[in-house]
Amino acid sequence: MAYSAKVIEHYENPRNVGSFDKSDTSIGTGMVGAPACGDVMKLQIKVNPQTGLIEDAKFKTYGCGSAIASSSLVTEWVKGKTPDQALSIKNSKIAEELALPPVKIHCSILAEDAIKAAVSDYKARNADAARH
Amino acid sequence: MTPHFPIYMDYGATTPVDPRVVEAMLPWLHEHFGNPASRSHAWGWEAEEIVEQSRGHVAALIGADPREIIWTSGATESNNLALKGAAQFYKTRGKHLITVKTEHKAVLDTMRDLERQGFEVTYLDVKDNGLLDLNVLSDAIRPDTIVVSVMFVNNEIGVIQDIAAIGAMCRKRGVIFHVDAAQATGKVVIDMAQLPVDLMSLASHKTYGPKGIGALFVRRKPRVRIEAQMHGGGHERGMRSGTLPTHQIVGMGEAFRIAHKEMGTESERIRMLQQRLLKGLQGVEQVFINGDLERRVPHNLNMSFNFVEGESLIMGIKGLAVSSGSACTSASLEPSYVLRALGRSDELAHSSLRMTIGRFSTTEEIDTAVDTIMHNVAKLRELSPLWEMFKDGIDISTIQWAAH
Repeated sequence: MAYSAKVIEHYENPRNVGSFDKSDTSIGTGMVGAPACGDVMKLQIKVNPQTGLIEDAKFKTYGCGSAIASSSLVTEWVKGKTPDQALSIKNSKIAEELALPPVKIHCSILAEDAIKAAVSDYKARNADAARH
Repeated sequence: MTPHFPIYMDYGATTPVDPRVVEAMLPWLHEHFGNPASRSHAWGWEAEEIVEQSRGHVAALIGADPREIIWTSGATESNNLALKGAAQFYKTRGKHLITVKTEHKAVLDTMRDLERQGFEVTYLDVKDNGLLDLNVLSDAIRPDTIVVSVMFVNNEIGVIQDIAAIGAMCRKRGVIFHVDAAQATGKVVIDMAQLPVDLMSLASHKTYGPKGIGALFVRRKPRVRIEAQMHGGGHERGMRSGTLPTHQIVGMGEAFRIAHKEMGTESERIRMLQQRLLKGLQGVEQVFINGDLERRVPHNLNMSFNFVEGESLIMGIKGLAVSSGSACTSASLEPSYVLRALGRSDELAHSSLRMTIGRFSTTEEIDTAVDTIMHNVAKLRELSPLWEMFKDGIDISTIQWAAH
């Protein structure tokens, strides 16, 4: 299969690889996919408590080149957005940006799911924190 | 010498045509273009003579009588002709056929078609080393079983089935035995004078011959009958009509002649390369070898690099032409059914790499391959959340994953 130049570029130079401390309240962690399906994405967002903006993001992905590129791309796109704004990132935009072929659309869907999972984890933990 | 890129390590998919084979083929395209079926002039006579000489070379490699060799377009056609041909000819004796879950699609899909025609097929499991348990086969054979089909060498994992023992069992129980030997010729010694095999499919392009030509061995003593699937001029004793492609036949004949002459020394050299590749890679943490390591052709090494997805690994090692059992290398999104049949988990099947080496592989290429693979496995594990969890002591099989 031929990959688009953008997929290759993200695969060769993935952005924001790594992990934050999950227990930190400013962090939201989303892990989606399943090893049996050949894709697992872990996306973490770091929200600045003063501004309410995502100031940093990190990912780790087990999956094909398109899955790696999709998650690398969203770590760039979520930065500077509020968690709610991050939810507006749609898989179709990811697929379009990376020129994913139809058989790889599920990679962009997974990346969108990872954002949703990370934001909901962040919100849940901060709702808890607010109550205490 | 610096190897030129990419390094070809996919001999299981196809092999380059040996330059000596190309040389032998060329005159039969232009200068000697005759139809071997033309009985009325010299163009036909010389074409017929070279076709028969080539048939002799193919027969010699497997210890058969030249009259037992039927030309086809390749092993897929041979498998179709053997299975459909035998099933249809012997259907009054019974309607049950047996094969194995790790067979090539050319056998499995043909069996599916026979099911649609009203035959019943049993698909046998293999042991976790990829080999067939003879007791499982023995239990599966019924009074109405007419055909058993088991491949000689597996295309994905390179394991060698015990064809002599399976054949002996089929003979004793009065069942026709077909063997897909596409991946076996030139790699293992085949002697049809000894092996109790009734039908055997042969390919040219896995043994340094051209694509588009193959053969089916049809035993004469005891005589095995098949119904033709291709009708026309009654070529190949009525079993397979169609004008014989002289140049292709010459290519397959020459390739098999060379294989017969050189396979002894070649296998030793390739075994040395396989050991070098294995030694280089087996030190990597969480690496699993798929298929029995002893009962295997030296040309094949199939490994799973746990926590690294196969397609992303192939993307990283772009200097190497290999294949993977990962779903993502096919359109189906299902990981290799062969590795699944060994009882490998989906994730290990997704993490597999099939490396197949051959006549033109070199020590330098193996060393480059080892370095490239090790480097990329390490890089991708740094990117892998599963590797991170493994390193943190979390057993990923205990996690409830959401399927997608």
